[in-house]
Amino acid sequence: METGFDLALTLLLLGVGGWSILARNMMTAVIIFIAYGLLLSLAWVRIFAIDVSLTEAAIGSGATGMLMVIAAHKVGADARRVVHPSRAIHVLAGIVAALVAVGIAALAFVLPGEPQSLAGPVMERLGDSGLGNPVAGVLFVYRAFDTLLEKVVLLLALIGVWSLARDEDWGGIPGFRLFRHHNSVLTLLARSLPPIGFVFAIYMTWAGADVPGGAFQGGTVLAAMWILVMVAGVRKVPRVSSPLLRLAIVAGPVVFLAIGFFGFVMPGEFLAYPQGYAKPLIVVMEIALTLSIGVILGLLIAGPPKGEDAA
Amino acid sequence: MPLEALPVTDSTAGGALLVLAIVMPAVALVALLGLGGRGARTIVAAALLVQLLVAARVALLVAGTQAPLVYVVGGFHPPLGITLRADGISALMMVVSAVILAAAAAFAWKDFAQPRGKPEARLSLIFWSALLAMTSALNLLFTSTDLFNLYVGLELLTFAAIPVVAIKGGAETVRAALRYLLFAVFGSMLYLLGIVLIYGAYGTLATAEIAAHVTPNAATLAAAGFVTVGLLAKTALFPFHLWLPPAHAGAPAAGSAVLSALVVKGSLFLLMRLWFDTFPTLRAPDDMQLLALLGALAVIIGSITALRQQRLKLLVAYSTVAQIGYMFFVFTLVPTDAGDVIAGTAWTGAWLQVVAHAFAKAGMFLAAGLVAEILGHDRIRELGGLSAKAPLVVLAFAISGLSLMGLPPSGGFSAKFMLLVAALAEGHWLWAIVIIAGGVLAGAYVFGVLSRMMAAPAAGVELATVGRGRQLIALGLALVALLMGLLPLSPIAFLTIGRLP
Repeated sequence: METGFDLALTLLLLGVGGWSILARNMMTAVIIFIAYGLLLSLAWVRIFAIDVSLTEAAIGSGATGMLMVIAAHKVGADARRVVHPSRAIHVLAGIVAALVAVGIAALAFVLPGEPQSLAGPVMERLGDSGLGNPVAGVLFVYRAFDTLLEKVVLLLALIGVWSLARDEDWGGIPGFRLFRHHNSVLTLLARSLPPIGFVFAIYMTWAGADVPGGAFQGGTVLAAMWILVMVAGVRKVPRVSSPLLRLAIVAGPVVFLAIGFFGFVMPGEFLAYPQGYAKPLIVVMEIALTLSIGVILGLLIAGPPKGEDAA
Repeated sequence: MPLEALPVTDSTAGGALLVLAIVMPAVALVALLGLGGRGARTIVAAALLVQLLVAARVALLVAGTQAPLVYVVGGFHPPLGITLRADGISALMMVVSAVILAAAAAFAWKDFAQPRGKPEARLSLIFWSALLAMTSALNLLFTSTDLFNLYVGLELLTFAAIPVVAIKGGAETVRAALRYLLFAVFGSMLYLLGIVLIYGAYGTLATAEIAAHVTPNAATLAAAGFVTVGLLAKTALFPFHLWLPPAHAGAPAAGSAVLSALVVKGSLFLLMRLWFDTFPTLRAPDDMQLLALLGALAVIIGSITALRQQRLKLLVAYSTVAQIGYMFFVFTLVPTDAGDVIAGTAWTGAWLQVVAHAFAKAGMFLAAGLVAEILGHDRIRELGGLSAKAPLVVLAFAISGLSLMGLPPSGGFSAKFMLLVAALAEGHWLWAIVIIAGGVLAGAYVFGVLSRMMAAPAAGVELATVGRGRQLIALGLALVALLMGLLPLSPIAFLTIGRLP
């Protein structure tokens, strides 16, 4: 039964992947790619990598898919900019892609003996922190330093996107006017889904300490809801210079840094937690991070600020 | 096969400085974004000042105790946790980058000012955020001993560098930034693939644990290959150099200076750290000859391409492609049974080249920026009149050029001379010839520019005036490269603190 499911899923993945490659229309290819990502996240569930699966669905399929939709829309709007590579390039790209796939698959077999992992030691000592989810343990206890710096990378990614704005548009409102046409279904969704999504995001963040989930997953749900609202034009997109928006962006990193520095005072090490307070402090951090991640992801997709008159 | 535990290394006195060196710029970056431009330059100045003090203190402690500084983040020891460690070369690079970043910030002080009473300016926020993030990223790359933590450092450095390239706007710079992004992401993916394999094979990401257990099996060799190619793409070693010239030439002068002087050194530092400290036993002479060959090709092709440039900033950028090449001779000139005088000479020569190039190239890019400001363009054919109008700028360019050519007395001379001595002593005639030929070619492109600068101005050319302060900053950086030539031509003990067993 399970083998049958896995076989069917694998065949479906190959089929949908192939369909996305062969699709004639760019937008069709992108939409099939999004479906492909969702199927792939099912495959991650099958190998018990729930956190990876959630990320694949949110980022690999959702956020990336959204960016591709925007790109396809922009390129498609100007037919002269569509470059059709020759058949030879298509074949060459196919061969290279196939070689990469085979190469990466082959690497799994060159490992000497069983693949090594630190999952055992992580589980053994997880109890010390009061957390139940080993992924949260790695992200916020043992390797909190990585997680902290990754949040700085996220801030920098946003600055990178913003750096593409024109000087005269700086401080203005990010894009999306592109899609703004009155569509009753979209408006209905944008009005009815966010309350549910919001509750779900809070649940994912809250539950992340003990089961798969956490700030990143919660933040992506939040971002998805906000993007829906922005695309439907239900609420105005804030200016990138808005103090409230800036506060939301830095809230997570500020709380993270503050707790990190507090570790110097008690128990005496940067990013260490006082005995017995690890879990509550981590939950506080995750709540602030959820807000920041949600807002930053939304802004990354919204793109650089544009002038009022720009279409 | 679970690993037997290595003796646990605890944090040393002053180890917390390493955390501060990485985290304080991040604090400043968050403040910059949160405050929306208020007090932007004060925050940056304070952060860079702290950086200078922290780096100096780290270097003094390492020199004083003759031992590395260690900090176990959160008290969680590897393999679960992350340890920071500053040995001699880390401390050296921390000081060099703190000085050059501070100089670049001082040079950019007026250009990227936040206009008083006006809303936050785009240029100000983007430039200063990127500079702060670079500071953090470089210190992380210089001190982390965890392969994934180092990956975060690489990402931080890349995402700090790209906005600096794109900051001027316009199709040309955005295209350069995009090309840089593609090369850099390709490099990141290969690096990540490599460390996934290493984790699968050894069950740890800590460099000391890997070094103690590394065996030349297929997985490890494949991993080392991926990591190396990934880092070469980020370091812009030939043939991965295509992204560098347009990116470094398209950035504002202070940005070009830090990109060429420091950012490419971040991934190079990691490459040296990996081959010398993490996989020392994997250094097969033939593979290392391949790296030296790519270095030699970079020296020759980079220099020849520099000679053929029409624009000054592109010439300076191609000179970076060439100068990076020299640093790769270290892989073949320091044999695995290190410890002898020749290996020590090559090791010192390579680090002198890293540092002398950093100062000389920062000085040269700042000088080239001033040239473009004075003339309104940087076409090499039309540089006439500069020496009369701005002798300090020409002097800064000339002194930087001296070090790049490797003429005595200069840091560049000491570096290339020591590499040459090691190459001859070990019988690497080909690399010796390349080192000399590279110097001759550098002489040709530097003197070509200088002779144009000395020429009489074309009739009717209006020359703008630039502030003396910025001219002195360019000159000061060039003079540091020059003064390094006063160091004795023998192995420097500081560079081996905490490394060789």
